[in-house]
Order: sequence, then structure tokens, then C-alpha cells
Amino acid sequence: MSQQFSIETQDLGRVYKIREGKKKSVKTLVALHDVNLQVPRGELFGLLGPNGAGKTTLIKILTTLLAPSSGWARVSGYDVVREAAQVRPRINMVSGGESSGYGLLTVRENLWMFAQFYGIPSAEANRRIRELLQVVGLADRLNTKSSDLSTGLRQKMNIVRGFLTDPQVLFLDEPTLGLDVGASRDVRAFIRRWIEQERARTVLLTTHYMIEADELCDRVAIINQGRVLACDSPANLKRRLQREAIFQIETSSPNGLSARDFEALPGVRQVAHHPGDGKATFEFILDAEEVVGAIINTMTTKGVRLLNLSKREPTLEDVFVDLVGRSMEEIESADKEMA
Amino acid sequence: MNSKSAISNLNSSVWRSFRTAAWLGWQIESNWTDPFLFAVYSIIKPLASAMILVVMYGVITHGDFASPLFPYIYLGNAFYIYVGAVMTGISWAVVDDREHYKTLKYIYTAPTHFPTYLCGRGVARFLTGTFSVVITIVCGILFLHVPIDFAAMDVPLFVVALLIGVLMLAMMGLLLAGVTLLTVHHYGAVGEAVAGALYLFSGAIFPLDVLPAFLRPLGFLMPITYWLELLRRTLVGSVAQAFPTLAGLSNAQLFAILLGLTALFTALAAIVFRWCELRARERGLLDRVSNY
Ligand SMILES: Nc1ncnc2c1ncn2[C@@H]1O[C@H](COP(=O)(O)OP(=O)(O)OP(=O)(O)O)[C@@H](O)[C@H]1O
Ligand SMILES: [Mg+2]
Repeated sequence: MSQQFSIETQDLGRVYKIREGKKKSVKTLVALHDVNLQVPRGELFGLLGPNGAGKTTLIKILTTLLAPSSGWARVSGYDVVREAAQVRPRINMVSGGESSGYGLLTVRENLWMFAQFYGIPSAEANRRIRELLQVVGLADRLNTKSSDLSTGLRQKMNIVRGFLTDPQVLFLDEPTLGLDVGASRDVRAFIRRWIEQERARTVLLTTHYMIEADELCDRVAIINQGRVLACDSPANLKRRLQREAIFQIETSSPNGLSARDFEALPGVRQVAHHPGDGKATFEFILDAEEVVGAIINTMTTKGVRLLNLSKREPTLEDVFVDLVGRSMEEIESADKEMA
Repeated sequence: MNSKSAISNLNSSVWRSFRTAAWLGWQIESNWTDPFLFAVYSIIKPLASAMILVVMYGVITHGDFASPLFPYIYLGNAFYIYVGAVMTGISWAVVDDREHYKTLKYIYTAPTHFPTYLCGRGVARFLTGTFSVVITIVCGILFLHVPIDFAAMDVPLFVVALLIGVLMLAMMGLLLAGVTLLTVHHYGAVGEAVAGALYLFSGAIFPLDVLPAFLRPLGFLMPITYWLELLRRTLVGSVAQAFPTLAGLSNAQLFAILLGLTALFTALAAIVFRWCELRARERGLLDRVSNY
């Protein structure tokens, strides 16, 4: 294979038609809009975005499960629509936060069966199964019926299924969703190790955990409402904000102060407001450090007491806020209120 | 990749899909935690429905069990068990994998041959169905004097016709599986519902001439009609002369019609399934769960 990119998309778009209730009105929802991505071989690429951003939709298209509405995508050099049969043996996919699998089969049988679909000889499959179960700490459950596993353990089995077929391109949709802290850490470490073992391997992973994107991925695309807003290494993304000053201010009860009151101030680029119990935290991205004076003034005139003020290095969260205007947390809680 | 190796790849993925799906189907089907339930399902249920039929027949004909109508009905009903078993076995796999096990997306995006996979999932139901069919017929012979003359049986034709019929039923099952891909809410087993509806239109328990004239063409279009007739004739030759509907046709002619219609349904199933699969992929239905 001489193709340069493991994953390549051009103006990729996806529209869903939604029928609303009994009324026959058909709405359209743009889940992806003109997505252009190029992921070279060997890269661990992250898609970072809030709920509903379009991450899963993109993965479904790339794994031949869903047809795009416009544009094209290639995986391992093959078109996902016209050459799906060439794409499939070369990929695998794991979705986190769901418990799939045949409960009446044992862990080994579930995994063995999928290996069969990929044409892996039984002996080799069994060897890999034992090895991978060891890695995720499920070795002692080899012959447990998978219905007897907890949700998290089932997810680990599912993760093993993804690696089992040694795909050229592996798609992981929120692989650590629902796993405990230790297990998440182990899985992240394993993903990193796996990709470094062989240069031909590529991983595309979606997440809405900042640290996951930041610590794990070589490059990250920030995606919101179906659009890719930025795509670069975490370090480069953060470097964009290097010239700006980022402050975190903790206050007593904000007396009706909200993000909007600060946005009007000259030099304030973005404000995020995290209300708390009897106090509040504001995060500011400022054009320059001096602007913080005006902010403190606004607070004191409203009788709000400062509890803590700190300046810190930019994080991916800040990059997101800078690009979108709101934090991921705000977007997701607004979505919840609407629903 | 040259075309020769592409074909051998397809061959091996077809065989892999079938074999593995058959294995999986058997694991699911034979997972009777309770052998009593298995007995109810595969022995008592078919025998009970055969008994109802026999009692009704006895009442209506005042116990004329010597009439060729009796084996006609009895065997038609017995072999019809395959219709529900095979069609449901295949189309139900879509609902099962998509809704219950949530594995359909992983199987679909694996290098499987999807229609072959679904057919493989029907194998287990074919086997348990065979068990029910055999039990029903054996009981018929032992206790109800269903007149099977072992010397007059045309065993080779029976076996070939049976196998072609199973292939035909598998194709109908695939057609229904395609339709099932497009239905988001699962309306129970589409296969069983269709099997129930076709019971009346395929000469299973009464000759087609009993139907109102406008419904008969449906029966004549169904390959199941010719299949059942052929199976009955190869086991009990005398039923051939007893009924006007298909009496004009020789066994060879019936066989040719069965082959032709099976080929037609195979082509139809291939087209419809492919079309449904593409629509499902366009609409994002391959991993859609209906939440209830
Ligand atoms: N089958 C569908 N029919 C209609 N709309 C859909 C369908 N699947 C997804 N959507 C919509 O498309 C948008 C993108 O959804 P998607 O699942 O890709 O988001 P996501 O980034 O994976 O979110 P999350 O973090 O919650 O998993 C959402 O607005 C969602 O409601
Ligand atoms: Mg998602």
C-alpha cells in the first residue's frame, strides 16, 4: 500500500431526515458539514467535541455503516461507499458506553466468533484472545458467559474485539466511556502502546474528555455542530492561545453577574461561567493581562467577593471555548435543558 | 487485486460467514436452559396443531380417514413447519442482532457476506424444524394411519425437492430480512406473520380450488404450492389423482416449475435485499435501536 493517508475525507457531509411525530413535516438535521480530514498512517488522531457534534456520525461513515450525503471518504486508500468490501477487512470499530455481544456465549466464544468473520485461524485467534484479555485484566473471565459480566467488563471485551483482528485502521468511539478511572488509564496506555508497536497502524478516536485528547492523541480535530473548527497537535492548538492570558476567578455568590456582563468589557475574548453552590467560577480568555483589572472592578462594584484568582496555561478546553464561544460543558447542559 | 483473487476472497468470506453464522444460530437455538421448554416448543406445539387439524378433519368428513384428502392435509401441514422455521430464522436474525445483542453493526462492518450470514443464522431453525417435521410425520404414520407406502416412495426426488424448497424458503426469508432492515420498530417476527398468511394460499391444508377465484393466482405464483405438492406425491402417490388443481401436471413438470420459481425468487430476493441494504445504509438504520 503506497497511499499516503489512512483516512481522507473531502467535503464530507451528512444530513438526517427527521419525521416529527404524527405530523408529516420532515425536518433535516445537518450532522456533518464539509468535513475535510487527512490522517496519515501511524497517527493516533482524536476527534474532540460535545454531544451531538457529529463524531459518531463520522465514524459510522468511515466504517461503511452509514452512507454520506455529500463528499467522499477513503480509508486505507479505498472509497467507503464504492469499495466497502475492500475497506472492511482492514478496519475495526469499538463503541464505548454500550453493552453489545451475545450474552449466552462465553467471553472467549464471543471473541472467537468475530475472529472467524475476519478469517483468523482458530489457534491464532485463541492466542490473541488470551493475550489481549490479559492486557485489559479479563484473563480470569475467559470462560464466563458474557451476560454475567458487568457493563464495564463487557466494554473491555468489546475493546478486545477491536484489537483482535489487528486492523490497519481502528476506530474507537469514546472507548473509555463508562470505565472507571483505573481502567480508562489502562486502556489509554494500551492504545498508545499498540499504535507504537507497528508503524502501519492508525487509530481514530472520539472523545469528549479533554485529557484524553490532550495526552493521548498526536493530532486533534475540534468539532462542533458538524464542522471541524481546528485540526492540529494539542501543543500547537494550545500555542494559539499563548499570547492571551487565561484567568480563573472564584467568587462568592455572583449576585446575578453572568458571563454576558464581562463580554462587553474591552479586551475580554471569552468568558465561561461555572455556577456552583454558593459560589461561582469564571474563566476568562483575555487579550492581555491588564484587562483583569477591569474585571475585578466590575465584580467589586456588584459586591461580589473574590475568593481566588489564578492565571494558568491554556488547555484544550480553552481552545474549544475560544473557537466555539462556549465551553463543552455549557453546550451539553444547554442540550439537556432543551431535551 | 486481480479478479481471480477477488473471487476467491469472496468465496472464502461467503463460506466463513455461513459457517460462523450457523454455529452462532445453533448456540442461540440450542440454549434451552430448560429441556422441558424445548420439548414443548419442538414436539408438543407441532403435534398439538396437527391434532387440531385431525380432529377438525374427522368432524367435517365424519371420520373418512381413508380419503386421499387426509394425507394431503396431514403432510401439507407437517412440511409447512419449514416455512415458518426457515423464513423466521433468517429474518428474525436482523431484529435479534440489531435490537437484542447490538452486534449487527459489528457484523455488518466485518468482512462478512451479509446475506450469507443471515442465511447461516437460519440453519439452526431448519434443524429444529426438521425435528418437528419428522416427529409429526412419524406420529401420523404410527397413530393415525397416514398411508405412506415405503415401496412406492420416490426417495431421490423427495430429497432433491426438499432441499430446493429449503433454498427457496431461505430466499424468501432473505427478502423479508431486507424488509426488516428498513423497519425500525420491531413488529415481532415478520417471518412468522408472512408464514401464517401464506398458509392459506399454498395448498397446505386444502387444494387451491377451494379459494375464491380471485385469490387463486396468488397461490399459483407461490413456489411453496408446487413444493408441497411434490413432497406429498413423492411420499403418497395417490394424492396426485385425487385433486384437480395440479393433477394435470406430472412430477417432472412440477419439479421444473419449482426450479423456475425458485430461480425467480432467488433473483428477486437478491435485488430486493440489496436495495433494502443500501436504503438502510443511507438512512442509518443498520444500528438503529427502537428503545422498546
Ligand atoms: N439516526 C439518526 N437520525 C436522526 N438524527 C441523528 C441520527 N443519528 C444522529 N443524529 C443527529 O446527528 C447529530 C450528530 O450526532 P452524533 O451521534 O454523530 O454526535 P456525537 O458527536 O457522536 O455525540 P455524542 O458525544 O453524544 O456521542 C446529533 O444532532 C444527532 O441528534
Ligand atoms: Mg457519539
